[in-house]
Amino acid sequence: MGFPPVLAAAAGGGPDCPPGPKAGAIDFGEAVDFIFNKRQSVGGTVCVGGPGEIVDLAVNHLVISFIAVAVGIAIALPVGLWLGHIGRFEFIATSISNVGRAVPTLALLAFFVAFLGKGELNVIVVLALLAIPPILTNTYVGVRQVSPDAVDAARGQGMTGLQILRQVELPLAMATIFAGIRTAAVAVVATATIAPLANVETLGTPIIVPQQYAIAGQLGAAIVVAVITLLTDALLGLAQRAVTPRGIRAVTPTPRIVRIPFLQRRAQTT
Amino acid sequence: MTPALGVLPAVLAQVEIRKRTGQGCVQENGFCPDWIANNLDKYVSPLLEHIYLTFVSVAIGFVIAFALAILAHRHRWTTGPIIAITAAAFTIPSIAAFLLLLPITGFGSTTAIIALVVYTLLILFRNLITGLRNVPAETVDAARGMGLTDRQILWQVELPLAVPEILAGIRIAVTTTVGLATLAFFAGAGGLGEQIYSENAGTGGIEFKSNVVVAGGLAVLLAAVSDLIFLSLQRLLTGWQRASAP
Repeated sequence: MGFPPVLAAAAGGGPDCPPGPKAGAIDFGEAVDFIFNKRQSVGGTVCVGGPGEIVDLAVNHLVISFIAVAVGIAIALPVGLWLGHIGRFEFIATSISNVGRAVPTLALLAFFVAFLGKGELNVIVVLALLAIPPILTNTYVGVRQVSPDAVDAARGQGMTGLQILRQVELPLAMATIFAGIRTAAVAVVATATIAPLANVETLGTPIIVPQQYAIAGQLGAAIVVAVITLLTDALLGLAQRAVTPRGIRAVTPTPRIVRIPFLQRRAQTT
Repeated sequence: MTPALGVLPAVLAQVEIRKRTGQGCVQENGFCPDWIANNLDKYVSPLLEHIYLTFVSVAIGFVIAFALAILAHRHRWTTGPIIAITAAAFTIPSIAAFLLLLPITGFGSTTAIIALVVYTLLILFRNLITGLRNVPAETVDAARGMGLTDRQILWQVELPLAVPEILAGIRIAVTTTVGLATLAFFAGAGGLGEQIYSENAGTGGIEFKSNVVVAGGLAVLLAAVSDLIFLSLQRLLTGWQRASAP
Protein backbone atom coordinates (compact mmCIF):
# COMPACT_ATOMS: atom_id res chain seq x y z
CA MET A 1 0.00 0.00 0.00
CA GLY A 2 1.05 3.55 -0.54
CA PHE A 3 3.33 5.16 -3.07
CA PRO A 4 7.06 5.35 -2.60
CA PRO A 5 7.83 8.84 -1.32
CA VAL A 6 8.98 10.12 -4.73
CA LEU A 7 5.85 8.96 -6.52
CA ALA A 8 3.64 10.28 -3.76
CA ALA A 9 5.26 13.66 -4.07
CA ALA A 10 4.84 13.51 -7.85
CA ALA A 11 1.17 12.60 -7.45
CA GLY A 12 0.77 15.72 -5.35
CA GLY A 13 -0.17 13.77 -2.22
CA GLY A 14 1.87 13.98 0.95
CA PRO A 15 1.17 11.30 3.51
CA ASP A 16 -0.71 8.09 2.85
CA CYS A 17 -4.20 9.20 3.81
CA PRO A 18 -7.07 11.24 2.39
CA PRO A 19 -7.13 15.00 2.95
CA GLY A 20 -9.02 16.26 5.99
CA PRO A 21 -12.23 18.27 5.85
CA LYS A 22 -12.20 21.97 5.16
CA ALA A 23 -11.18 23.97 8.18
CA GLY A 24 -13.86 25.19 10.51
CA ALA A 25 -16.36 22.35 10.14
CA ILE A 26 -17.71 21.92 13.67
CA ASP A 27 -19.90 18.85 13.78
CA PHE A 28 -20.02 15.48 15.41
CA GLY A 29 -19.91 13.55 12.13
CA GLU A 30 -16.41 14.81 11.40
CA ALA A 31 -15.39 14.16 15.00
CA VAL A 32 -16.51 10.52 14.86
CA ASP A 33 -14.85 10.16 11.47
CA PHE A 34 -11.60 11.42 13.01
CA ILE A 35 -11.72 8.56 15.53
CA PHE A 36 -12.25 5.83 12.94
CA ASN A 37 -10.40 7.09 9.86
CA LYS A 38 -7.03 8.71 9.53
CA ARG A 39 -6.70 11.82 7.44
CA GLN A 40 -4.12 14.46 6.55
CA SER A 41 -3.20 17.00 9.18
CA VAL A 42 -4.11 20.64 8.66
CA GLY A 43 -0.71 21.36 7.11
CA GLY A 44 -1.01 18.21 4.98
CA THR A 45 2.37 16.93 6.16
CA VAL A 46 1.40 13.90 8.27
CA CYS A 47 -1.52 11.59 8.92
CA VAL A 48 -3.60 12.20 12.02
CA GLY A 49 -6.51 10.40 13.64
CA GLY A 50 -7.77 6.90 13.04
CA PRO A 51 -7.88 3.96 15.46
CA GLY A 52 -4.08 3.50 15.38
CA GLU A 53 -3.23 6.92 16.75
CA ILE A 54 -6.22 7.07 19.09
CA VAL A 55 -5.27 3.73 20.68
CA ASP A 56 -1.61 4.80 21.05
CA LEU A 57 -2.65 8.04 22.72
CA ALA A 58 -5.22 6.29 24.91
CA VAL A 59 -2.67 3.73 26.10
CA ASN A 60 -0.19 6.47 26.99
CA HIS A 61 -3.00 8.42 28.67
CA LEU A 62 -4.00 5.45 30.82
CA VAL A 63 -0.43 4.38 31.67
CA ILE A 64 0.44 7.89 32.91
CA SER A 65 -2.82 8.08 34.86
CA PHE A 66 -2.27 4.65 36.38
CA ILE A 67 1.25 5.50 37.54
CA ALA A 68 0.04 8.79 39.03
CA VAL A 69 -2.82 7.15 40.92
CA ALA A 70 -0.47 4.38 42.14
CA VAL A 71 1.97 7.00 43.45
CA GLY A 72 -0.94 8.88 45.03
CA ILE A 73 -2.15 5.70 46.78
CA ALA A 74 1.39 4.81 47.91
CA ILE A 75 1.67 8.19 49.65
CA ALA A 76 -1.89 8.96 50.79
CA LEU A 77 -2.99 5.53 51.97
CA PRO A 78 -0.34 4.93 54.67
CA VAL A 79 -0.56 8.53 55.89
CA GLY A 80 -4.36 8.45 55.99
CA LEU A 81 -4.42 5.07 57.75
CA TRP A 82 -1.92 6.21 60.33
CA LEU A 83 -3.62 9.55 61.00
CA GLY A 84 -6.98 7.81 61.21
CA HIS A 85 -5.59 5.15 63.53
CA ILE A 86 -4.11 7.64 65.99
CA GLY A 87 -7.12 9.93 65.44
CA ARG A 88 -5.22 13.18 65.28
CA PHE A 89 -4.67 16.02 62.80
CA GLU A 90 -8.29 15.76 61.76
CA PHE A 91 -8.31 19.32 60.49
CA ILE A 92 -5.40 18.70 58.10
CA ALA A 93 -6.69 15.35 56.90
CA THR A 94 -10.15 16.64 56.11
CA SER A 95 -9.32 20.10 54.77
CA ILE A 96 -6.56 18.96 52.40
CA SER A 97 -9.23 17.97 49.88
CA ASN A 98 -10.75 21.45 50.07
CA VAL A 99 -7.37 22.99 49.38
CA GLY A 100 -6.84 20.55 46.53
CA ARG A 101 -10.13 21.59 44.99
CA ALA A 102 -9.31 25.30 45.17
CA VAL A 103 -6.12 24.95 43.10
CA PRO A 104 -7.03 24.82 39.41
CA THR A 105 -5.27 21.90 37.73
CA LEU A 106 -4.25 24.07 34.80
CA ALA A 107 -2.55 26.50 37.17
CA LEU A 108 -0.78 23.66 38.97
CA LEU A 109 0.49 22.15 35.73
CA ALA A 110 1.51 25.58 34.44
CA PHE A 111 3.44 26.20 37.64
CA PHE A 112 5.36 22.95 37.17
CA VAL A 113 6.04 23.64 33.50
CA ALA A 114 7.28 27.18 34.14
CA PHE A 115 9.44 26.44 37.17
CA LEU A 116 10.48 22.80 36.85
CA GLY A 117 10.19 22.16 33.12
CA LYS A 118 8.25 19.81 30.89
CA GLY A 119 8.27 16.04 30.72
CA GLU A 120 6.59 12.88 31.95
CA LEU A 121 8.00 13.00 35.46
CA ASN A 122 6.56 16.44 36.15
CA VAL A 123 3.18 15.48 34.73
CA ILE A 124 3.09 12.38 36.94
CA VAL A 125 3.98 14.50 39.98
CA VAL A 126 1.18 16.97 39.19
CA LEU A 127 -1.35 14.19 38.67
CA ALA A 128 -0.21 12.39 41.83
CA LEU A 129 -0.62 15.65 43.79
CA LEU A 130 -4.14 15.74 42.44
CA ALA A 131 -4.79 12.14 43.51
CA ILE A 132 -3.52 12.49 47.07
CA PRO A 133 -6.20 14.74 48.70
CA PRO A 134 -9.32 12.64 48.00
CA ILE A 135 -7.54 9.38 48.92
CA LEU A 136 -6.05 10.84 52.11
CA THR A 137 -9.31 12.40 53.28
CA ASN A 138 -11.40 9.33 52.49
CA THR A 139 -8.91 6.99 54.16
CA TYR A 140 -8.89 9.13 57.28
CA VAL A 141 -12.66 9.42 57.40
CA GLY A 142 -13.06 5.71 56.61
CA VAL A 143 -10.85 4.66 59.52
CA ARG A 144 -12.46 7.14 61.91
CA GLN A 145 -15.91 5.83 60.96
CA VAL A 146 -15.05 2.32 62.15
CA SER A 147 -17.14 1.60 65.20
CA PRO A 148 -15.11 2.10 68.41
CA ASP A 149 -16.78 -1.07 69.72
CA ALA A 150 -15.12 -3.12 66.98
CA VAL A 151 -11.73 -1.61 67.83
CA ASP A 152 -12.26 -2.17 71.55
CA ALA A 153 -13.25 -5.78 70.92
CA ALA A 154 -10.11 -6.30 68.86
CA ARG A 155 -7.97 -4.74 71.56
CA GLY A 156 -9.66 -6.89 74.18
CA GLN A 157 -8.68 -9.96 72.17
CA GLY A 158 -5.09 -8.87 72.57
CA MET A 159 -4.48 -7.50 69.08
CA THR A 160 -1.66 -4.99 68.70
CA GLY A 161 -2.17 -1.56 67.13
CA LEU A 162 -0.83 -2.73 63.80
CA GLN A 163 -3.02 -5.82 63.83
CA ILE A 164 -6.09 -3.71 64.59
CA LEU A 165 -5.19 -1.40 61.74
CA ARG A 166 -4.66 -4.21 59.24
CA GLN A 167 -7.33 -6.67 60.28
CA VAL A 168 -10.12 -4.49 61.60
CA GLU A 169 -9.89 -0.86 60.55
CA LEU A 170 -8.59 -1.34 57.00
CA PRO A 171 -11.23 -3.86 55.88
CA LEU A 172 -14.05 -1.86 57.45
CA ALA A 173 -12.79 1.37 55.86
CA MET A 174 -12.24 -0.24 52.46
CA ALA A 175 -15.46 1.02 50.82
CA THR A 176 -14.75 4.63 51.79
CA ILE A 177 -11.08 4.36 50.80
CA PHE A 178 -12.04 2.99 47.42
CA ALA A 179 -14.52 5.80 46.92
CA GLY A 180 -11.57 8.16 47.37
CA ILE A 181 -9.43 6.21 44.93
CA ARG A 182 -12.27 6.33 42.45
CA THR A 183 -12.68 10.10 42.78
CA ALA A 184 -8.91 10.50 42.44
CA ALA A 185 -8.68 8.24 39.38
CA VAL A 186 -11.48 10.06 37.59
CA ALA A 187 -9.84 13.42 38.30
CA VAL A 188 -6.45 12.14 37.14
CA VAL A 189 -7.76 10.63 33.90
CA ALA A 190 -9.64 13.87 33.21
CA THR A 191 -6.63 16.05 33.94
CA ALA A 192 -4.18 13.93 31.96
CA THR A 193 -5.96 15.56 29.01
CA ILE A 194 -3.92 18.73 29.53
CA ALA A 195 -0.62 16.83 29.84
CA PRO A 196 0.41 17.74 26.25
CA LEU A 197 1.07 21.25 27.61
CA ALA A 198 4.12 19.60 29.22
CA ASN A 199 5.05 17.72 26.04
CA VAL A 200 3.53 14.44 27.14
CA GLU A 201 1.39 12.75 24.50
CA THR A 202 -2.07 11.80 25.72
CA LEU A 203 -5.59 11.91 24.32
CA GLY A 204 -5.35 15.63 24.98
CA THR A 205 -2.83 16.04 22.17
CA PRO A 206 -5.45 16.61 19.44
CA ILE A 207 -7.22 19.05 21.79
CA ILE A 208 -4.10 21.05 22.63
CA VAL A 209 -2.69 21.08 19.08
CA PRO A 210 -5.64 22.12 16.88
CA GLN A 211 -3.14 23.69 14.47
CA GLN A 212 -2.46 20.14 13.33
CA TYR A 213 -5.55 18.15 14.27
CA ALA A 214 -8.24 20.74 13.45
CA ILE A 215 -11.55 21.10 15.28
CA ALA A 216 -12.61 17.61 14.20
CA GLY A 217 -9.59 16.20 16.06
CA GLN A 218 -10.42 18.28 19.14
CA LEU A 219 -14.00 17.03 19.21
CA GLY A 220 -13.03 13.44 18.39
CA ALA A 221 -10.50 13.38 21.22
CA ALA A 222 -13.04 14.99 23.56
CA ILE A 223 -15.49 12.16 22.83
CA VAL A 224 -12.84 9.50 23.54
CA VAL A 225 -11.72 11.26 26.75
CA ALA A 226 -15.33 11.48 27.99
CA VAL A 227 -15.95 7.79 27.26
CA ILE A 228 -12.71 6.69 28.93
CA THR A 229 -13.46 8.75 32.05
CA LEU A 230 -16.97 7.32 32.34
CA LEU A 231 -15.57 3.79 31.90
CA THR A 232 -12.93 4.42 34.57
CA ASP A 233 -15.63 5.59 36.95
CA ALA A 234 -17.88 2.62 36.19
CA LEU A 235 -15.09 0.03 36.49
CA LEU A 236 -13.84 1.43 39.78
CA GLY A 237 -17.44 1.50 40.99
CA LEU A 238 -17.57 -2.25 40.39
CA ALA A 239 -14.19 -2.71 42.08
CA GLN A 240 -15.46 -0.69 45.03
CA ARG A 241 -18.32 -3.13 45.49
CA ALA A 242 -15.96 -6.05 45.15
CA VAL A 243 -13.59 -4.89 47.92
CA THR A 244 -16.37 -4.03 50.34
CA PRO A 245 -16.62 -6.79 52.99
CA ARG A 246 -19.89 -8.64 52.51
CA GLY A 247 -20.92 -8.00 56.10
CA ILE A 248 -21.14 -4.24 55.73
CA ARG A 249 -22.27 -4.17 52.11
CA ALA A 250 -25.95 -4.18 52.95
CA VAL A 251 -25.68 -1.81 55.91
CA THR A 252 -23.33 0.90 54.63
CA PRO A 253 -24.52 2.77 51.57
CA THR A 254 -21.75 3.36 49.04
CA PRO A 255 -20.42 6.87 49.63
CA ARG A 256 -20.60 7.94 46.01
CA ILE A 257 -23.78 6.99 44.34
CA VAL A 258 -23.26 6.63 40.62
CA ARG A 259 -25.74 4.23 39.15
CA ILE A 260 -25.47 3.25 35.56
CA PRO A 261 -28.40 0.86 35.22
CA PHE A 262 -26.79 -1.41 32.64
CA LEU A 263 -23.57 -1.89 34.60
CA GLN A 264 -25.39 -2.22 37.87
CA ARG A 265 -27.45 -5.10 36.62
CA ARG A 266 -24.26 -6.79 35.49
CA ALA A 267 -22.75 -6.20 38.89
CA GLN A 268 -25.60 -7.89 40.65
CA THR A 269 -25.58 -11.00 38.52
CA THR A 270 -21.86 -11.61 38.86
CA MET B 1 36.99 27.43 25.75
CA THR B 2 38.96 30.30 24.29
CA PRO B 3 36.29 31.58 21.86
CA ALA B 4 33.74 31.49 24.67
CA LEU B 5 36.05 33.48 26.88
CA GLY B 6 36.50 35.94 24.06
CA VAL B 7 32.83 36.89 23.94
CA LEU B 8 32.45 36.95 27.70
CA PRO B 9 32.91 40.72 28.14
CA ALA B 10 30.31 41.37 25.45
CA VAL B 11 27.84 38.98 27.09
CA LEU B 12 28.44 40.55 30.48
CA ALA B 13 27.85 44.01 29.04
CA GLN B 14 24.59 42.84 27.52
CA VAL B 15 23.44 41.29 30.79
CA GLU B 16 24.23 44.60 32.46
CA ILE B 17 22.11 46.55 29.96
CA ARG B 18 19.21 44.08 30.27
CA LYS B 19 19.29 44.36 34.03
CA ARG B 20 19.02 48.10 33.82
CA THR B 21 16.07 48.07 31.40
CA GLY B 22 14.27 45.21 33.13
CA GLN B 23 14.11 43.37 29.80
CA GLY B 24 16.67 40.77 30.79
CA CYS B 25 14.50 39.28 33.44
CA VAL B 26 11.75 38.57 30.91
CA GLN B 27 14.15 37.20 28.30
CA GLU B 28 15.83 34.95 30.83
CA ASN B 29 12.39 33.85 32.07
CA GLY B 30 12.99 34.82 35.64
CA PHE B 31 10.38 35.92 38.12
CA CYS B 32 10.01 39.61 37.34
CA PRO B 33 8.17 41.92 39.74
CA ASP B 34 8.79 44.86 37.37
CA TRP B 35 7.15 43.07 34.46
CA ILE B 36 4.22 42.08 36.66
CA ALA B 37 3.72 45.65 37.87
CA ASN B 38 3.77 46.94 34.29
CA ASN B 39 1.46 44.26 32.87
CA LEU B 40 -1.08 43.86 35.63
CA ASP B 41 -3.75 45.53 33.50
CA LYS B 42 -3.64 42.57 31.09
CA TYR B 43 -5.16 40.41 33.80
CA VAL B 44 -8.07 42.66 34.77
CA SER B 45 -10.58 41.69 32.10
CA PRO B 46 -9.74 37.94 32.22
CA LEU B 47 -10.26 38.11 35.99
CA LEU B 48 -13.62 39.81 35.51
CA GLU B 49 -14.57 37.20 32.88
CA HIS B 50 -13.62 34.49 35.34
CA ILE B 51 -15.72 36.05 38.11
CA TYR B 52 -18.65 36.46 35.71
CA LEU B 53 -18.45 32.82 34.53
CA THR B 54 -18.23 31.53 38.10
CA PHE B 55 -21.03 33.48 39.68
CA VAL B 56 -23.49 33.35 36.80
CA SER B 57 -22.98 29.57 36.60
CA VAL B 58 -23.39 28.99 40.34
CA ALA B 59 -26.45 31.27 40.42
CA ILE B 60 -28.20 29.47 37.55
CA GLY B 61 -27.07 26.12 38.94
CA PHE B 62 -28.54 27.01 42.31
CA VAL B 63 -31.94 27.89 40.84
CA ILE B 64 -32.08 24.57 38.95
CA ALA B 65 -30.73 22.52 41.87
CA PHE B 66 -33.23 24.22 44.18
CA ALA B 67 -36.14 23.27 41.94
CA LEU B 68 -34.81 19.70 41.69
CA ALA B 69 -34.36 19.50 45.46
CA ILE B 70 -37.93 20.60 46.10
CA LEU B 71 -39.11 18.02 43.58
CA ALA B 72 -37.02 15.32 45.28
CA HIS B 73 -38.24 16.45 48.68
CA ARG B 74 -41.87 16.02 47.62
CA HIS B 75 -41.34 12.85 45.62
CA ARG B 76 -38.55 10.89 47.25
CA TRP B 77 -38.18 8.37 44.43
CA THR B 78 -36.81 11.08 42.12
CA THR B 79 -33.69 11.52 44.29
CA GLY B 80 -31.89 8.45 42.92
CA PRO B 81 -32.35 9.27 39.22
CA ILE B 82 -31.45 12.96 39.75
CA ILE B 83 -28.21 12.04 41.55
CA ALA B 84 -27.38 9.35 38.99
CA ILE B 85 -27.76 11.75 36.06
CA THR B 86 -25.95 14.71 37.64
CA ALA B 87 -23.15 12.41 38.89
CA ALA B 88 -22.64 10.95 35.41
CA ALA B 89 -22.46 14.49 33.99
CA PHE B 90 -20.04 15.48 36.76
CA THR B 91 -17.72 12.64 35.76
CA ILE B 92 -17.22 13.93 32.22
CA PRO B 93 -13.99 15.99 32.10
CA SER B 94 -14.72 19.70 31.84
CA ILE B 95 -12.39 20.16 28.87
CA ALA B 96 -14.37 17.51 26.95
CA ALA B 97 -17.69 19.08 27.93
CA PHE B 98 -16.60 22.53 26.75
CA LEU B 99 -15.59 21.10 23.37
CA LEU B 100 -18.54 18.75 22.93
CA LEU B 101 -21.03 21.58 23.38
CA LEU B 102 -19.42 23.59 20.56
CA PRO B 103 -21.36 21.97 17.68
CA ILE B 104 -24.60 22.68 19.55
CA THR B 105 -24.12 26.12 21.08
CA GLY B 106 -21.05 27.53 19.31
CA PHE B 107 -18.09 29.47 20.70
CA GLY B 108 -18.72 31.86 23.55
CA SER B 109 -19.51 32.26 27.20
CA THR B 110 -22.98 30.66 26.81
CA THR B 111 -21.36 27.31 26.05
CA ALA B 112 -19.01 27.61 29.00
CA ILE B 113 -21.82 28.61 31.35
CA ILE B 114 -24.02 25.67 30.27
CA ALA B 115 -21.20 23.22 31.06
CA LEU B 116 -20.33 24.92 34.36
CA VAL B 117 -23.99 24.98 35.45
CA VAL B 118 -24.23 21.22 34.87
CA TYR B 119 -21.13 20.71 37.04
CA THR B 120 -22.61 22.65 39.95
CA LEU B 121 -25.86 20.64 39.97
CA LEU B 122 -24.56 17.50 41.71
CA ILE B 123 -22.83 19.46 44.49
CA LEU B 124 -25.70 21.86 45.12
CA PHE B 125 -28.46 19.27 44.83
CA ARG B 126 -26.76 16.84 47.18
CA ASN B 127 -26.28 19.49 49.85
CA LEU B 128 -29.79 20.92 49.45
CA ILE B 129 -31.40 17.52 49.85
CA THR B 130 -29.14 16.59 52.78
CA GLY B 131 -30.04 19.85 54.47
CA LEU B 132 -33.77 19.31 53.98
CA ARG B 133 -33.61 15.69 55.16
CA ASN B 134 -31.59 16.56 58.26
CA VAL B 135 -34.41 18.67 59.66
CA PRO B 136 -35.64 16.78 62.76
CA ALA B 137 -38.99 15.08 62.22
CA GLU B 138 -40.26 16.45 65.57
CA THR B 139 -39.70 20.00 64.34
CA VAL B 140 -41.77 19.37 61.23
CA ASP B 141 -44.44 17.64 63.31
CA ALA B 142 -44.56 20.58 65.72
CA ALA B 143 -44.95 22.98 62.79
CA ARG B 144 -47.72 20.85 61.34
CA GLY B 145 -49.38 20.72 64.74
CA MET B 146 -49.37 24.51 64.81
CA GLY B 147 -51.38 24.41 61.61
CA LEU B 148 -48.69 25.30 59.06
CA THR B 149 -49.33 24.16 55.50
CA ASP B 150 -46.73 22.12 53.58
CA ARG B 151 -45.60 25.23 51.78
CA GLN B 152 -45.23 27.18 55.00
CA ILE B 153 -43.30 24.29 56.58
CA LEU B 154 -40.91 24.26 53.62
CA TRP B 155 -40.21 28.00 53.59
CA GLN B 156 -40.45 28.83 57.28
CA VAL B 157 -39.08 25.70 58.93
CA GLU B 158 -37.20 23.32 56.66
CA LEU B 159 -35.29 25.72 54.43
CA PRO B 160 -34.07 27.99 57.25
CA LEU B 161 -32.85 24.94 59.17
CA ALA B 162 -31.10 23.64 56.04
CA VAL B 163 -29.14 26.86 55.50
CA PRO B 164 -25.79 25.54 56.89
CA GLU B 165 -25.73 22.59 54.46
CA ILE B 166 -26.97 24.74 51.59
CA LEU B 167 -24.24 27.33 52.08
CA ALA B 168 -21.63 24.60 52.51
CA GLY B 169 -22.76 23.32 49.10
CA ILE B 170 -22.50 26.78 47.55
CA ARG B 171 -18.95 27.13 48.90
CA ILE B 172 -17.86 23.84 47.34
CA ALA B 173 -19.65 24.73 44.10
CA VAL B 174 -17.94 28.13 43.87
CA THR B 175 -14.40 26.86 44.47
CA THR B 176 -14.94 23.95 42.08
CA THR B 177 -16.33 26.27 39.40
CA VAL B 178 -13.39 28.68 39.71
CA GLY B 179 -11.11 25.73 38.98
CA LEU B 180 -13.19 24.39 36.10
CA ALA B 181 -13.54 27.84 34.54
CA THR B 182 -9.78 27.95 33.95
CA LEU B 183 -10.46 25.63 31.01
CA ALA B 184 -13.47 27.61 29.74
CA PHE B 185 -11.32 29.27 27.09
CA PHE B 186 -11.61 26.05 25.08
CA ALA B 187 -15.24 27.08 24.63
CA GLY B 188 -14.12 30.58 23.67
CA ALA B 189 -15.17 32.13 26.97
CA GLY B 190 -11.82 33.63 28.03
CA GLY B 191 -11.04 33.71 31.73
CA LEU B 192 -7.76 33.40 33.59
CA GLY B 193 -6.99 30.04 31.99
CA GLU B 194 -6.47 31.70 28.64
CA GLN B 195 -3.79 33.92 30.17
CA ILE B 196 -2.04 30.91 31.66
CA TYR B 197 -2.15 28.90 28.49
CA SER B 198 -2.10 31.07 25.46
CA GLU B 199 0.98 32.52 23.84
CA ASN B 200 -1.35 34.96 22.10
CA ALA B 201 -2.75 36.49 25.26
CA GLY B 202 0.20 38.88 25.44
CA THR B 203 1.41 37.32 28.65
CA GLY B 204 4.07 34.92 27.42
CA GLY B 205 2.12 31.71 27.92
CA ILE B 206 2.61 28.69 30.09
CA GLU B 207 6.41 28.73 30.16
CA PHE B 208 6.76 32.28 31.43
CA LYS B 209 7.17 32.15 35.19
CA SER B 210 5.88 35.63 36.01
CA ASN B 211 2.73 35.06 33.97
CA VAL B 212 2.00 31.67 35.50
CA VAL B 213 2.43 33.06 38.99
CA VAL B 214 0.09 36.01 38.39
CA ALA B 215 -2.63 34.23 36.39
CA GLY B 216 -2.53 31.04 38.47
CA GLY B 217 -2.27 33.03 41.68
CA LEU B 218 -5.30 35.13 40.77
CA ALA B 219 -7.33 31.95 40.15
CA VAL B 220 -6.36 30.49 43.53
CA LEU B 221 -6.98 33.85 45.20
CA LEU B 222 -10.42 34.13 43.58
CA ALA B 223 -11.34 30.68 44.91
CA ALA B 224 -10.06 31.52 48.39
CA VAL B 225 -11.74 34.94 48.59
CA SER B 226 -15.11 33.65 47.34
CA ASP B 227 -14.89 30.82 49.83
CA LEU B 228 -14.23 33.31 52.63
CA ILE B 229 -17.16 35.49 51.57
CA PHE B 230 -19.57 32.57 51.68
CA LEU B 231 -18.03 31.32 54.93
CA SER B 232 -18.75 34.72 56.52
CA LEU B 233 -22.27 34.61 55.11
CA GLN B 234 -22.67 31.14 56.55
CA ARG B 235 -21.58 32.32 60.02
CA LEU B 236 -23.78 35.39 59.74
CA LEU B 237 -26.90 33.43 58.81
CA THR B 238 -26.39 30.60 61.25
CA GLY B 239 -25.68 32.46 64.46
CA TRP B 240 -28.45 30.40 66.07
CA GLN B 241 -26.30 27.28 65.68
CA ARG B 242 -23.56 28.62 67.92
CA ALA B 243 -26.00 30.03 70.47
CA SER B 244 -26.97 26.56 71.66
CA ALA B 245 -27.05 25.53 75.32
CA PRO B 246 -23.79 26.08 77.24
